Amino acid sequence: MKHETLATILFLVFVAGTLAITFWASRNTKTATDYYAGGRSFSGVQNGLAIGGDYMSAASFLGIAGIIALSGYDGFLYSIGFLVAWLVALLLVAELMRNSGKFTMADVLAFRMSPRPVRTAAGVSTIVVSIFYLLAQMVGAGALVGLLLGITSQSGKVWTIIAVGLLMVIYVVIGGMKGTTWVQIVKAVMLMTGAALVTLLVLGKFGFNLSSLLGDAATQSGKGDAFLNAGLKYGTEAQGVWGKIDLISLGLALVLGTAGLPHILIRFYTVPTARDARKSVLWGIGIIGVFYLLTLVLGFGAAAVVGSEKIAAANAAGNTAAPQLAEAIGADIFGEVGGTILLAVIAAVAFATILAVVAGLTLASSSSFAHDLYAHVFKRGQVTDKEEVRVARIAAFVIGAIAIALAIPAQSLNVAFLVALAFAVAASGNLPAILYSLFWKRFNTAGAVSAIYGGLISALILVIFSPAVSGAKTAMFPDVDFHLIELSNPGIFSIPIGFLCGYLGTIFSKEYNASKYAEIEVRSLTGVGMEKASEH
Amino acid sequence: MTVQHDSSVYEEMQASEQFQELRRRYRSWAFPMTVAFLAWYLLYVVLSGFARGFMGTKLLGEINVALVFGVLQFVSTFLIAWAYSRHAAGKLDPLADELRAQVEEKTQ
Repeated sequence: MKHETLATILFLVFVAGTLAITFWASRNTKTATDYYAGGRSFSGVQNGLAIGGDYMSAASFLGIAGIIALSGYDGFLYSIGFLVAWLVALLLVAELMRNSGKFTMADVLAFRMSPRPVRTAAGVSTIVVSIFYLLAQMVGAGALVGLLLGITSQSGKVWTIIAVGLLMVIYVVIGGMKGTTWVQIVKAVMLMTGAALVTLLVLGKFGFNLSSLLGDAATQSGKGDAFLNAGLKYGTEAQGVWGKIDLISLGLALVLGTAGLPHILIRFYTVPTARDARKSVLWGIGIIGVFYLLTLVLGFGAAAVVGSEKIAAANAAGNTAAPQLAEAIGADIFGEVGGTILLAVIAAVAFATILAVVAGLTLASSSSFAHDLYAHVFKRGQVTDKEEVRVARIAAFVIGAIAIALAIPAQSLNVAFLVALAFAVAASGNLPAILYSLFWKRFNTAGAVSAIYGGLISALILVIFSPAVSGAKTAMFPDVDFHLIELSNPGIFSIPIGFLCGYLGTIFSKEYNASKYAEIEVRSLTGVGMEKASEH
Repeated sequence: MTVQHDSSVYEEMQASEQFQELRRRYRSWAFPMTVAFLAWYLLYVVLSGFARGFMGTKLLGEINVALVFGVLQFVSTFLIAWAYSRHAAGKLDPLADELRAQVEEKTQ
């Protein structure tokens, strides 16, 4: 049997299994709390797994392994920002949000502010961030499935994108948060198992001697010692000082962006108490940390076992490094059949990864549309739960359709930078608004609106005039050149701008509500009046 | 007992010594620690950009400073997460429970 056939079968089993779970989840999805927050009935451990499933995208699984396989250490450097970021979520955001919010990021902001402008800003930012991220994932899915299943025709890729889009919409529309969470849990278990298995085989091959694995990787990469140090991909010596500042800018966006990503924030609402939210982040940190350590071995292992040249020949970005490694190491240890099976398993895991992440993004953006924009801005809160959930389901359909429609023409463009941009916008607009809201007594409506729009718009403008969009071979539009700045990552400027806008907006407005701040502070720290889990 | 209006209960609670103590216990741990791990992470990123000679120093076989520094970021993240959960369970949760009970008594 060819690996494509086996991978397709495994993938269909995953789809069938998760669809069954989704339909099962839909029977218990009746109220708005069920749809948006899975009835707040998940345990800390379950939500911790789902956090891992939501967060470890194909970009981080295949992408980081690929960067390490081709550029060595820089991929590891990238993954560290993704992990350390969780401390911001753990120490400053998760529990306080769980205690003071309900369904979306905007709930916390709107608590003591004028709800309509704040919800509008937060809703716009949620949808923009989620669509950027979604687009990057869907374009990646088209390319990836093509590579793994040997679908090379253009129409094959288009159908892949459509299929991924349809599946994510089905998970979200039918299963709501409950279905989506279970898809993420199943995917996290599959991903961890698959990655751990290949890692063990690789380490076994090198007698569990990391030094000899690194030595072989450096040799096989053809780059020598430089392969084990920073600077082959980000902030290369050839790019000079701006390149290095760009690296720091990327690092800032990664470490501060996670706690402002809407699809991550809504995960904290799926557990019954703030203590469970804390526990789920602790589990998430454990899972994500171990996963990136496995990825380190996978990436260097791919370079050592497969060789960088062969990986780059299959895909210029190295996205197939992990599957290629699985095939090589399987064949090496169990013979050719072993290689085929292992490759198929890892390919199926990669599909599962994509589906779980895009479902989370679709849910976050459609929830925010229905709860923030429709129910509170258009209808001023005069709407029943039932109608709100109906609008959320329609919004999921529409967002899915928009994502498909944008992803198809974007296939030929380099949109990998959109993930980093989503982190930058989250760090520059959402995070200042959330932190000020939770910790600054004086903060007000003008401050919240200024922080979100200031961070969002400055990040977007900086990126539009950056080498990520034009004027470089790797740009989104390589044939034109209107770049004005040398930084591809806006964070180093846009994050301070977001915080500054929030500060200035606040002090230039007289609005100030001491009693509401007293309420949110007491609620966020003690859990008084928190939203309860639904009873069934 | 008379049921008080919500907002005055919250303001009273916020002003109480016990709540100020809870707030102090939370902030005096979380804020400096946040500054510390962000500085530690930024030091790592800046060294990765500007001190590659140092980062490339080999320590043991092929294992260099860069790899050890990177793995230490994992170690520090795990340790801080663990330390926070200890701090929260020991110093924050019992007091938070007590204060929540006090407020609930007055508002229900």
